[in-house]
Amino acid sequence: MSALDSLYQQIILEQSKARTGADLPNDQLAGEHLPAGTGQCHQLNPVCGDEITLRVETSGDAGARTISGIHWAGDGCSISMASASILSELVVGLGAGEVQIMIDSFREVMRSRGKLQADEEVLGDAAALSGVSKFPARVKCAMLAWVAAEDALRQTA
Amino acid sequence: MLLTSADHVHTGPLTDVEVRRIRNDFPILGQEVNGNTLVYLDSGATSQKPVSVLEAEQEFYEQRNSAVHRGAHTLAVAATDVFEDARATVAAFIGAAENELVWTANATAGLNLIAYSFGNASVGEVAPEARQFAVGPGDEVLVTEMEHHANLIPWQELCRRTGATLKFIPIMDDGQLDMEAAAAAFTARTRVFSFTHVSNVTGVINPVVELARMAHDVGAMVVLDACQSAPHLGLDVKALDVDFAVFSGHKMLAPTGIGAVYGRAELLDAMPPFLTGGSMITTVTMDRAGYLPSPQRFEAGTQAISQAAAFAAAVNYLSETGMDRIHAWEAALGQRMVAGLEAIPGIRVLGPSAGTARAGLAAFEVDGVHAHDVGQFLDAAGVAVRVGHHCAQPLHRRLGLSASTRASAYLYNTTEEVDAFLAAVAGVRPYFGITGA
Repeated sequence: MSALDSLYQQIILEQSKARTGADLPNDQLAGEHLPAGTGQCHQLNPVCGDEITLRVETSGDAGARTISGIHWAGDGCSISMASASILSELVVGLGAGEVQIMIDSFREVMRSRGKLQADEEVLGDAAALSGVSKFPARVKCAMLAWVAAEDALRQTA
Repeated sequence: MLLTSADHVHTGPLTDVEVRRIRNDFPILGQEVNGNTLVYLDSGATSQKPVSVLEAEQEFYEQRNSAVHRGAHTLAVAATDVFEDARATVAAFIGAAENELVWTANATAGLNLIAYSFGNASVGEVAPEARQFAVGPGDEVLVTEMEHHANLIPWQELCRRTGATLKFIPIMDDGQLDMEAAAAAFTARTRVFSFTHVSNVTGVINPVVELARMAHDVGAMVVLDACQSAPHLGLDVKALDVDFAVFSGHKMLAPTGIGAVYGRAELLDAMPPFLTGGSMITTVTMDRAGYLPSPQRFEAGTQAISQAAAFAAAVNYLSETGMDRIHAWEAALGQRMVAGLEAIPGIRVLGPSAGTARAGLAAFEVDGVHAHDVGQFLDAAGVAVRVGHHCAQPLHRRLGLSASTRASAYLYNTTEEVDAFLAAVAGVRPYFGITGA
């Protein structure tokens, strides 16, 4: 597989078009009057203009929250959009602690400059994004949704 | 080998043979990228450097390195000669006198120098001769909608500090400046008009003489961002009749870290300094300081001396090649790019369409594929282009985009490279599974 093909795996091209979870209404981008257990974060990569507003909804008691929904609105390259889509498919139904572990693991792989291959057991389809870590200029694209999710999740605690 | 000006027998664009010979002067162009021969089409961001420029910088450090304008020893004199000869060379390249050219780090630093100096003339105790630069509440600073952020944000900040109002002349759908709106935009309140000569996104070449006249008719200072024109068009700042102009060395074969501000001599000598400190003063007491005339007035601290020497080597290279011929060559490459892009399904070129005069660059949108992905795909084919908003967010927003892909040519690019670029672009949408026009 060429380096380019390892970056743009079929699942990434498909997910960049599928955009699972990209249903946050325009009138809710400001994130005002969020109910308890819901967090929202806007992230922008000023270098390329990639942008996402991502909402995390949780249920359950404080300390044992479960992700009940991910909704986002964004615009950007195929890597950033696919990453947001995959994240949305992966985390619904998981506990907040488990999601934080995934985010940490994903960040470690992305920052590895191609040295680490993601563990599919932990990261599921997001493992397909491992190839991004060989392209330092694209790591922020892949991380955009995950950074937003981490911040939004923190607000739900 | 370069021709001296006396040897100039050719007119019209460079020939293929000449461009191949020019390429031999640029060592970096021979390398492979991702298994393909490098096709460097990002000179609008920064140009590559010929051997003569690299040697000028090395020669300075090996044989003449010293501080300038101080010290009586032999090296200090030699270094000062190199530094000031370089100034004379670069000044002559744009039709200016030596004392009208101030070294800066780059065009961004130059625009900030002008805006901050105007700001210093606007607040506190201001010398009578400096009041012509003052702006305040009720005054207007005018720019255009196609500006690079470097020619927008310094003016936003100047207006914020002084209470002046920032206005802009809009562009039309094809990227050209709306000249009807321009005619209406100049009023008795317009104090400063700062605009780009050539758009770094659309390749539009603005009618500088006409715009400068409109600005002068209402008594405004005229500042020209020549960052994208000085490398490619033969500039004569006197004929253009601008009061100030800025450009960057690194976009015109020189190293990074050196650029220049041109200002009419009587203006530079009247303008308050921006950066203050050593090397720019006459008498200093514990209370205050007197300032040298231009250009030293604006060159506080140790300057980029070796870069200045290399900048002179760069403009000599350009002059000896012939700016008219370089421009004609690039214009032909630009037309080839635009016409070729327009023939590829799903590609929209920003700015004037093929057949209309424009600089040797083309920014474009690929329907269904983000610019970042386009750039990644082209890089895999060895083609280096710029992706993103190119420091012109308002312009992109006006054209309904957040990002685009830009190919920009220079004197060392060949028609074969343009064709290789076009062939690679044609492969983008199929690779990403996008179909239809």
